Amino acid sequence: MNPSSVTAPAHQADAHAHHEPQGFFSKYLFSCDHKVIALQYTLTGMFMAVVGVYMSYVFRMHLANPTAHIPFYGVLSPAAYNSLVTNHGTIMIFWVAMPVLLAGLGNYCIPLMIGCDDMVFPRVNRLSFQIFFLSTVLLLLGFIAPGGAFGGAWTSYPPLSAKADYNMTPWGNKIWLLAVALEIVAFLLGGINFITTAMNSRAKGMKMFDMPVLVWMIVIATIIFMMSVGPLVAGAVMLLLDQTVGTHFFGAQGGDPVLWQHLFWFFGHPEVYVLLLPELGVVCEIICVFSRKPLFGYKTMVYTTFMVGILSMVVWAHHQFVAGIDPRMASIFSLTTIIISIPVAVIMFGMIATMFKGSIDFKVPMLWAVGIIVEFLLGGVTGIYLGSSALDVYFHDTYFVVAHFHYTLIPLVAFGGFAIFTYYFPKVTGKMLDERLGQIHFWGTAIAFNFVFIPLFFSGLAGEHRRIYDYSGFAELATPGMLKMRVIATHALLVMMAFQLPFIWNVLKSLFAGAPAGANPWKANTLEWAADSPPPHGNWPELPEVHRGPYEYSVPGREDDYWPQNAAN
Amino acid sequence: MMNAAAVSSVPNVPRRHTRRQIIPDAVLGMSFFVACELMFFAALISAQFVVRGSAGEWPPPGQPRLPLLTTAGNTLVLLASGVLLWLAARSMRDAKPAAATAKLLRWSVWLGSLFVAVQGMEWMRLIHFGLTLQSSSYGSFFYLIIGAHGLHAVAALVLMMHVYHTFAGGTLRVTRFWAAQVFWYFVVGLWPFLYVLVYLT
Repeated sequence: MNPSSVTAPAHQADAHAHHEPQGFFSKYLFSCDHKVIALQYTLTGMFMAVVGVYMSYVFRMHLANPTAHIPFYGVLSPAAYNSLVTNHGTIMIFWVAMPVLLAGLGNYCIPLMIGCDDMVFPRVNRLSFQIFFLSTVLLLLGFIAPGGAFGGAWTSYPPLSAKADYNMTPWGNKIWLLAVALEIVAFLLGGINFITTAMNSRAKGMKMFDMPVLVWMIVIATIIFMMSVGPLVAGAVMLLLDQTVGTHFFGAQGGDPVLWQHLFWFFGHPEVYVLLLPELGVVCEIICVFSRKPLFGYKTMVYTTFMVGILSMVVWAHHQFVAGIDPRMASIFSLTTIIISIPVAVIMFGMIATMFKGSIDFKVPMLWAVGIIVEFLLGGVTGIYLGSSALDVYFHDTYFVVAHFHYTLIPLVAFGGFAIFTYYFPKVTGKMLDERLGQIHFWGTAIAFNFVFIPLFFSGLAGEHRRIYDYSGFAELATPGMLKMRVIATHALLVMMAFQLPFIWNVLKSLFAGAPAGANPWKANTLEWAADSPPPHGNWPELPEVHRGPYEYSVPGREDDYWPQNAAN
Repeated sequence: MMNAAAVSSVPNVPRRHTRRQIIPDAVLGMSFFVACELMFFAALISAQFVVRGSAGEWPPPGQPRLPLLTTAGNTLVLLASGVLLWLAARSMRDAKPAAATAKLLRWSVWLGSLFVAVQGMEWMRLIHFGLTLQSSSYGSFFYLIIGAHGLHAVAALVLMMHVYHTFAGGTLRVTRFWAAQVFWYFVVGLWPFLYVLVYLT
């Protein structure tokens, strides 16, 4: 069909290699290579993680000592407090979790794990990152806009968010909304690529159920994302029109403010599972590799994940138990919310059963993976309290909620991010990370993390509301006991931040002086470990052929305890 | 279906195992995009119903009524455009003379453009009668939903013109045509629902 296909079959094998970009800009900034795009997403996400952590540092310091001069910031004003809290949430979800866990991981792993050269639509993929980058710049520009960055919370409820008269950020509110909408479009383009690639580009011999469970989970997460994101975009367009043109979608005259909450959370809750599933996939991979055992119930895992996906679409109104929704509806959503813990529990038990009687090797990625299971369990269990509509009336918008979702998201995003980073670092760079520094980093971060958020559970139970700049106006919240909780959390945060230094040192040291990794340092089965480390442009000298499933570990009668998918025998 | 050599010699197209694709890449990608778009429109429609449910009278008193008859005729124009595209696809599949296919494609694009033009004229009249984005939530939803569909129609027409030009130039990849077809059928097929849900009820 393409004229060049007629003229160029002679050098078909190396035809692709001819298109490898040579200059720095074409190679690292405007590349269509899925690995480069994955790194662009990951590095942008890690940069935004630093920005987001800095914000949390500023407002936690302020909460521990409201009048103090904060080092590296100054004195925090009420408006700036709102902006920081809002943008901390926005950045951590949309600009850290999404690019690192979904876009970065998916772009890197899908083509390598299913044995093809690149995504199906490489230029769409590049466009996806470019739009994402634009949205990042736009969001950060909000901070230098007149009136400051948007401060109406990351959920952006109208009427506060709809009118500049209320939120006092005439530029910030529009910039925030536009940035979020652009970011969503970027992931939409990426998502189309993920699904199409996994369906149509698998290596020879690889059936759907020969795909690593990670690919399945990314694909299911992408489907959830694509099915839920339309309403958010619709809501964003309506809110933007309310802000700019003066329409009445969410306003008091003829509109409905709770409508926004429905549109937002119809996306917002499935989004949690969009972040959760790729992480669980990574945990499955890591646990199999470091326990030297097949994944427990591979097909059950996949079907269960589909169940999670379907249920995740019908739980959203549990965010609105106090928003004046019909009590009958509240009990239905309580029920669905509590039911969804069943398939998630099945997946968790599957992971634990995978480890059972395995020869477990606690290398750093395995530590992070087990850390995710332990800490996420706490987050999940406290979610059951909040899912019950009767209890939520009391807990709503307290620090109990804050502690709950940090207990789900920090294991997923931070622990999961480090699990991915330490597991794939040898593949991406060709160098091994230092084990000792990695262990210090893990234990320091994990212990400090618990000290940040366990006190917040208790202050939430005692009635401490979130998003409050100054507690001195509330006699029962300004007691020394309550202040002590805040101080413990802040100090633990500082410790947690300090323990990132070994990580940074580890990365820098290993980049320059790490031991060479070789193609398959973990002795894993999946296809990405059959490529060179780092994989060259085009990934494979010859397209791999797949002979068996991804989890053939410790097969009886075989000398090696692993059996790569592409090995002939 | 293209062979491996054809795929690898096109710049930026990945080299991969040539399994038999149940659904070609472009069609699959477009279908997921359309699924996403359907959710977008479903959200707009359900939002309209939520607001309408709490409003006393709908359409609100004092607001202009929508042009039912003109739009019904316009609906037929759009459906005819969809049928013509279907005929063009059949003619392409049966390898009829290129001129015949091109003619069907051209007429499909023209009818689609006529639909958008008539919609635009109706809007001018409605604005003249006092129905605007700000006049009421009735007006807000009308322009939002119908405008969103109109923007999709314009985007689809641009895509169809691209298809027409590449077809005339002989460089059209058939999967790309199929993808454009999926998108145009989405725009055409969605419209009767919008007509019923926004104009008639």
